[in-house]
Amino acid sequence: MAEGNGNVGSPLKAKDFKTDQEVRWCPGCGDYAILAALQSFMPELGVPKEKIVFISGIGCAARFPYYMETYGIHSIHGRAPAIATGLSTSRPDLSVWVVTGDGDALSIGGNHLIHALRRNVNLKILLFNNQIYGLTKGQYSPTSPLGKRTKSTPMGSLDWPFNPLSLAIGAEASFVARSIDTDRAHLTEVLRAAANHRGSAFVEIFQNCNIYNDGAFDFVRDDKTNRIYLEHGKPIRFGEDGEKGVRQHADGSVEVVEVTDESELVVHDAGHAEPSLAFALSRLTRDTSGATPIGVFRDVRRGVYDELMGEQIELAQQKQPGELAALLHGGGTWTI
Amino acid sequence: MTIEALKEIDGITKREAERAKNMFALGLMSWLFGRPTEGTIAFLRSKFAKRPEIAEANVKAFNTGYAFGETTESFSVQYEVKPAALRPGVYRNITGNTALAYGLIAASVKSGLPLFLGAYPITPASSILEELARHKSFGVRTFQAEDEIAAVGAALGASFGGSLGVTTSSGPGIVLKQETIGLAVTLELPLVIVDIQRAGPSTGMPTKPEQADLLNVLYGRNSESPIPVIAASTPSDCFEAAIEAARIAIKYRTPVFLLSDAYLANGSEPWLLPDSDAIPPIEPNFTRGNGGDFEPYLRDEATLARPWAIPGTVGLEHRVGGLEKEDVTGNVSYDPDNHDRMVRLRAQKVAGIAQDIPELAVDDPDAADTLVVSWGGTYPAVAAGVRRVRAKRKKVAHAHLRHLNPFPRNTGEVMRGYEKILVPEINLGQLVKLLRAEFLVDATGFNLVRGIPFRASEVEQAIDAMVDA
Repeated sequence: MAEGNGNVGSPLKAKDFKTDQEVRWCPGCGDYAILAALQSFMPELGVPKEKIVFISGIGCAARFPYYMETYGIHSIHGRAPAIATGLSTSRPDLSVWVVTGDGDALSIGGNHLIHALRRNVNLKILLFNNQIYGLTKGQYSPTSPLGKRTKSTPMGSLDWPFNPLSLAIGAEASFVARSIDTDRAHLTEVLRAAANHRGSAFVEIFQNCNIYNDGAFDFVRDDKTNRIYLEHGKPIRFGEDGEKGVRQHADGSVEVVEVTDESELVVHDAGHAEPSLAFALSRLTRDTSGATPIGVFRDVRRGVYDELMGEQIELAQQKQPGELAALLHGGGTWTI
Repeated sequence: MTIEALKEIDGITKREAERAKNMFALGLMSWLFGRPTEGTIAFLRSKFAKRPEIAEANVKAFNTGYAFGETTESFSVQYEVKPAALRPGVYRNITGNTALAYGLIAASVKSGLPLFLGAYPITPASSILEELARHKSFGVRTFQAEDEIAAVGAALGASFGGSLGVTTSSGPGIVLKQETIGLAVTLELPLVIVDIQRAGPSTGMPTKPEQADLLNVLYGRNSESPIPVIAASTPSDCFEAAIEAARIAIKYRTPVFLLSDAYLANGSEPWLLPDSDAIPPIEPNFTRGNGGDFEPYLRDEATLARPWAIPGTVGLEHRVGGLEKEDVTGNVSYDPDNHDRMVRLRAQKVAGIAQDIPELAVDDPDAADTLVVSWGGTYPAVAAGVRRVRAKRKKVAHAHLRHLNPFPRNTGEVMRGYEKILVPEINLGQLVKLLRAEFLVDATGFNLVRGIPFRASEVEQAIDAMVDA
């Protein structure tokens, strides 16, 4: 493998991650804010940029790699997690990031997403959710709400939408989080937690498409009192002065309540072995409670696919390194 | 008879005794063909070493069958097969899929590139995945993917990272992979795609061979998507063919199709083992940069291959993708003339491989007027058919194509040198279509699509008909 000792000397800055390519999203697109947040976070990653790879599929978000001064592949629709799986498992020394959207990850690429998550491949998957197909100019997506009127659903969508976090938790993702395009500080914090996680990290980012689905997340983007900030080990409170909180029922489901007694509130435990609380929290949406959690829902350690594969190879090679002549002559030979 | 013979052996049930009847039959056959018995007996004793009574029963059944042949008077003849005239050397038995897996390992060893196989189980290709999974000691990574698409995607991702990316499948899986293979064509990264052809369309007859994927692998992707194609001709040839596929993939930075079929995959033959030291090295030639700003599509003048810059190489950070790229820089470009140039460059690169492969050899001892052209797994049957025709003092020439794209550089010349051309294929005439289109020759197909290999006699009759016409 190639040497990876670059960037000794002056530390990297955000501008080191900018390319000479003109950024071509619509003016006002939420993607700009995410790009800026990521470029300024990257130096903190502490990984030389030649060891970072961004892989995307197809969609507006998928142009991302062109704007990151790292290695990158702008691949095909939905397949980024599969391509990234091959890269990450064969090159565990790299920091591999997948940038995807709601159509890319949850519709055409749904299978690859859930399997990457269950295997716990060492990938950081950023899903820009804008609840619409932007690049193809405004058809409904698998996260569009029921009844949504779009160009392809003039009488309203009949499709029950996916909840990306519920799906990821159901696929037993070891790290699941959510943030918002315009909340730079929070997004950076979530990216940091994702980067520090060993294994698959799944991050949903609410991203406004101001052209085809403007205002889809205004209830939390504009109104911060509806953001339920999740902090590990703390009772879940939110609102202007923390006057609201989240309480857990005996059946495991959760609801938003006015706080009278803090001891009634559920204490967030992102590291719980069981995903039940994380799943219950993912069910708090605009529809169910008018508010929705952001932050790290789940962050647990389990075997990382890339590392496990590397260990098997190491074990086999320790036993007996492969030798071509011996391989060919195995299995019974005779001489004429 | 078997049960009767095994009555005296302790510790076996009647059912177990009955199951030894195949050994009775093998004993009888061994007598009929005058085969030595020691090897079989030693095999049985080692196979059932843990159950001596079962070993004993099988050996006894085998010996009884042999004795039955000797004493019964039901047979009026006994045959003796003389040893085949094989070149001296060390041999082993090998199936096509095992040879193919070994060839991939050899290519990995000879190139120094770690082997990464992405595969989804499918008949008749699965045994390559199973074989390679056993060879982690060579640093082989096998990834059983969630589907065919992920299998090729992961292989391509591994290639981007500097591995020898390989995916194996059969027709129904190949069609699912074609979108990603198109990406590999435009990314210009090494990738070996193995298609163990089986009878189709759709699920077809999964365990039966066919040669009907040729046009699909050549043309089954959107737009102009040129790709080299190599076909193995015998089980042991799968070894060489796999190395050749990897060599071309690595040298030309291109996906390469390697075609085999269900018959080659599971068929076995004695294999004269190659000297592993004599297999030439494959130079991956990772780039260290091409001066100034890195230009990922600045091509090698001789091969037209682009530089392969793998992550981890300082200063060569670059982005590639499925969008059309500007010549040299690799930046996204919608420029009309650039697109035309890139389409032609990709085609020229693949066409140029013709200068790097052997000329088409013609077996023509008698200056015949008729040429038989075959490809892939029909080689043994077609060669036997040709021999049979010649044994009748008729003249016929035979050429077998290993490279289906590009064709060897003298193919047109060879074709135009004969009055009549017969192309036997287990499809409705795919190579014959290519030869007619490419070289304007009046080639005729001989086609049977039954999911079984040709018989030498069938090829013989077809050649006779053409030679005599």
